[in-house]
Amino acid sequence: MEKMARVTTALGGNTITGRTMFCHLDAPANAISVCRDAAQVVVAGRNIFKIYSIDEDQFVEKLNLRVGRKPSLNFSCADVVWHQMDENLLATAATNGVVVTWNLGKPSRNKQDQLFTEHKRTVNKVCFHPTEVYMLLSGSQDGYMKCFDLRKKDSVSTFSGQSESVRDVQFSIRDYFTFAATFENGNVQLWDIRRPDRYERMFTAHNGPVFCCDWHLEDRGWLATGGRDKMVKVWDMNTNRAKEIYCVQTIASVARVKWRPECKHHIATCSMMVDHNIYVWDVRRPFIPSAMFEEHKDVTTGIVWRHLHDPYFLLSGSKDSTLYQHIFKDASQPIDRANPEGLCYSLFGDLAFAAKESLISSDSNRKPYIGDRRHPIFFKRKLDPTEQFEYISSSSALSVFETDLESGSMDWFVRTAKQYALAGRPLAELCDHNAKVAKELDRDQVAQTWTMLRIIYSSPGTVPSANLNHSLGKGSTSLPLMNSFNLKDIPSGIGNESRLERSKGESRSENILMDSSSTLINNDENEETEGSDVPADYLLGDVEGDEDELYMMDHENPHAEEQEYILPQEAFPLRHEIVDNPSALDHLQDKADSPHVSGNEAETVSLTPVESFSLISISHSLYENRLPPDFFSPIVRDMLLFYAEQGDVQMAVSVLIVLGDRIKKEIDEQTQEHWYTSYIDLLQRFQLWNISNEVIKLSTCRAINCLNQASTTLHINCSNCKRPMSNKGWICDRCRQCASMCAVCHHVVKGLFVWCQGCSHGGHLQHIMKWLETSSHCPAGCGHLCEYT
Amino acid sequence: MILCPPSTEHPRGNQCQRLQGQVVKMTSSDQERPQFLFVKALASRGRLEAVTQQMGYHPQYLDSFLKMQHYLLHMDGPLPFACRHYIAIMAAARHQCWYLVNLHMLQFLRVGGDPQWLRGLDFIPPKLRKLNEINKILAHRPWLISKEHIEKLLKISEQSWSLAELVHAVVLVAHYHALASFVFGCGCEREWLDGRSILKSTLPGNQCFCESASGNSCNLELLRINRKRSLDSCVELESLRERIQRIHLETEGREETRPLPQDREEDFDGEIVRATDLSCYVQDPDFGYQDFARRDEDQTQIFRVQDYSWEDHGFSLVNRLYSDVGHLLDEKFRTVDGLQSNAMAKRQGCESSAFKRGIWNYIHCMFGIRYDDYDYAEVNHFLERMLKVYIKTVTCYPEKTNPEMFSRFWKQFKHSEKVHVNLLILEARMQAELLYALQAITQYMIS
Repeated sequence: MEKMARVTTALGGNTITGRTMFCHLDAPANAISVCRDAAQVVVAGRNIFKIYSIDEDQFVEKLNLRVGRKPSLNFSCADVVWHQMDENLLATAATNGVVVTWNLGKPSRNKQDQLFTEHKRTVNKVCFHPTEVYMLLSGSQDGYMKCFDLRKKDSVSTFSGQSESVRDVQFSIRDYFTFAATFENGNVQLWDIRRPDRYERMFTAHNGPVFCCDWHLEDRGWLATGGRDKMVKVWDMNTNRAKEIYCVQTIASVARVKWRPECKHHIATCSMMVDHNIYVWDVRRPFIPSAMFEEHKDVTTGIVWRHLHDPYFLLSGSKDSTLYQHIFKDASQPIDRANPEGLCYSLFGDLAFAAKESLISSDSNRKPYIGDRRHPIFFKRKLDPTEQFEYISSSSALSVFETDLESGSMDWFVRTAKQYALAGRPLAELCDHNAKVAKELDRDQVAQTWTMLRIIYSSPGTVPSANLNHSLGKGSTSLPLMNSFNLKDIPSGIGNESRLERSKGESRSENILMDSSSTLINNDENEETEGSDVPADYLLGDVEGDEDELYMMDHENPHAEEQEYILPQEAFPLRHEIVDNPSALDHLQDKADSPHVSGNEAETVSLTPVESFSLISISHSLYENRLPPDFFSPIVRDMLLFYAEQGDVQMAVSVLIVLGDRIKKEIDEQTQEHWYTSYIDLLQRFQLWNISNEVIKLSTCRAINCLNQASTTLHINCSNCKRPMSNKGWICDRCRQCASMCAVCHHVVKGLFVWCQGCSHGGHLQHIMKWLETSSHCPAGCGHLCEYT
Repeated sequence: MILCPPSTEHPRGNQCQRLQGQVVKMTSSDQERPQFLFVKALASRGRLEAVTQQMGYHPQYLDSFLKMQHYLLHMDGPLPFACRHYIAIMAAARHQCWYLVNLHMLQFLRVGGDPQWLRGLDFIPPKLRKLNEINKILAHRPWLISKEHIEKLLKISEQSWSLAELVHAVVLVAHYHALASFVFGCGCEREWLDGRSILKSTLPGNQCFCESASGNSCNLELLRINRKRSLDSCVELESLRERIQRIHLETEGREETRPLPQDREEDFDGEIVRATDLSCYVQDPDFGYQDFARRDEDQTQIFRVQDYSWEDHGFSLVNRLYSDVGHLLDEKFRTVDGLQSNAMAKRQGCESSAFKRGIWNYIHCMFGIRYDDYDYAEVNHFLERMLKVYIKTVTCYPEKTNPEMFSRFWKQFKHSEKVHVNLLILEARMQAELLYALQAITQYMIS
């Protein structure tokens, strides 16, 4: 409490000072109202009816109006209002339908003045005329509004809304004769106090009850309404038809709205259920409240601005039996917590980035960095300078970065997705098939991975020996591309790559075991035929080629740079060069795709003496003859992680599906789920619906599997009138006929429907089949000779 | 008109004719409405349930009722389909309502529920079994429900419910308790047990149905199949019977296994359940309604509608946690409120709205829900003793309703008007249960 701000406002002669404070009431409050001089507040509820004075530091109970040992229901208040002209005059709406007025000037303990028992149901709202001392208006559940003259015993006029319960009534502040009433069925009516026979104007404001309304304090034409449909709407009533000019969507039904004094566009709201906070909105910025008071523990039932000309003090009562004074300085401002930056990729690789202007401009040193290859476009939006309050700074800049069209091609992805086989055949065949697909697309590393997987996971018996021989036989004696074994000596800083290397190395060793000769290379249809002197520019060409864009999204510029620095180091003495070569190559292959790969990376691929490599591999052949596939699980896992890390989630998911249970338990569920969702998302962006559905079906994650269980509704049109059928039942609403009846059983066919193209009769597949076994005529009796093949 | 042809000797024939007279005054679209709804219901379910037929006296209501029920059981929602039917079984079993239990046993199996579950509460997952506590309370003494009950269900564990699931379940439970009242109140249960369900007795009457729709061969076809069971459902029937038989064999493993009598195949629906006992779906069967006035004073306070009402509070909560159901419920409550009953009220000598309000508030009063703005002396004024006895029995212990009661109260009244009273009971009871349950959930959410 101490640190909370103290605010002093000078208003004409009297000053309002105070801080955020509260006091406990004995019972839940239903409504509060404030005295004209802003020094006292009245709190009313089912079991409470008290007046508190608002001191600088605390609320002090001044008067308890609930007197008598067993107070009657007349004291149980649904609403309370303090007259703005006469500070001794109050009115309450009782839950039993009585309207009561109270005169504080009475000498006795019981201040009750007059009782009006004309309403049959609960009175929801009472309202004094803003300038007329004796005029009181009430709105009740029974659908009537009544106007009372306090000098008389009975109401002067009764207004029948002709629609359901009245939820709120408010006198217009400027138009002497006008008042607005809101109804449970969503309507708002405007009445002239002199004409009780008919409303002046009516319009539907909300879907469902309109709980509250409030006239704007300055702009005479504006009326704000709040409803159960969670909307706050501002209507301009100056035109012939009420026009909705602003709309704020809140998160719960709106119980009260109150315009903020002195701020043309600000409005305070509180909710009736679930949400306990009070919000102050700038109606022009309807997506985020400009201020928020979070003190209450139960729903807020009444809010009122303390003084008609002071925008900084708000009083509120709540079901949690507290009365609060909120001060604007202590309000939390959700905008501070909002994330003001947005980032999004387009399908074609363009990147849009929006941020506060200040952020962008202060960051100017980064600009050339992005700007060298791509073309940023800037948009700016300035808010209109008439904005009075805190949020003048809300201008932002949007940048769009385009990518080259050629490098943006994701052809390989689509083709791979389409051609991969994921299930339905033995593992070995699947792997071979996928390897071939990858090979055709010049993705050698991926192809190899598939081949290795096949070798790891298919038992020797099942591997077609011819195939194996073939691949091994084809492996040339010197293939600089593929040799790798470097558990150590990896230059630090390569990270993921190094892990892959290791996995490759070990799986390679497995291959070696299978053929203990010194031909190590299992990489078959590679360009190995070209021998060891693979020209550097071939590789370079590869780099710029198809796979170009693969990692574009994931490779940050710094990363590429880092490699540029590392790579030269790799070209050290001979020994190191041998060992590191593959890693360099891997960079090429993995990164090949990065648009930032520079020539010198490729140049580091030097010719590798095969001999040294063989030495290493031979040492490995000392291992026992055959290792169980489980042995490789960690390696395969690392391999999958590597691919995913590199952005090739396609590979990760495909392998996951193909290997199924063999690898599933190695990777935690969440990661798998993440991969799946990313891959499915990608597939859907490329409109590969069938493939994405297949992936969903094949996945073993529950969360993924149920994806295609959602929104499985099939919309059908009526076969007679071709209109869409309603979502319920099997009968067309329009032509009132059953859709697609079975000619045999006369039931609606809800599954497979087969029909004769000759006479267009048909029915359940099985029924028709059965029927046509015994008869050749149409079951509908049309005489057509149907045929079923 | 629709339900009974003039020719049948059905006791309600006369009333039907009278009703027909009224119907003629309606616009033609209104006239076709009930039969259209019937055809729709028939097409989607393959049969016309007695409940639907009874509600057909009030087509506007039937429409919103079917919409709501369809949404609860067959549309997107947090609970799996089989669970929904099982909850319906649990709820209906609290009132010994064979009719509903049976209906949902069949549907339960049809949507692929585990047949084991039908052996009783001991065979269902603990999560579902935990629901039984609030099912029991809501059925008989809803004022006892507290936030502790909700807490218990939602406490994080293997078997915990989510809020959305719970709200779905609560709406289901309330719906089926109230529907059980209707089923007993209208005598559907009785007739069903007697094996002469309204469906059969009135089916020939469908001729007038067809006549009015003459030229629409589709309807004719539809109706014909109603008389003889279709191939389709025969197959289904067969497989269902096998499955159920299997369960029974398992349950009564040691007893001698007696095959279902073949000659009773027509009454197959009734047969299966007869073999078992509903007590397997009920725990603590002695827990029943007790007068609200007899509760422990300190334990529960009177529920004040002004502090927690459907329109202001219940709707928002239910709609937030189980989207759109609020609108459907709201529509249903409004429709029943808007049903015309001038003749009925006039005979009672009061205004229609006051009469309806009297019944509504009387029912709520039995559950301890009070309206500040209602003078409860009016209840005695509007509702005669027989009617009060009837309302109280149907609301609080529907299983004790006997057929005489239905015919005895209001001898002079039309059948449709009696159905109207039953609809009021259904809705008032459902709202009462929902209010208590939702208030408990609100309290849980606040704490």
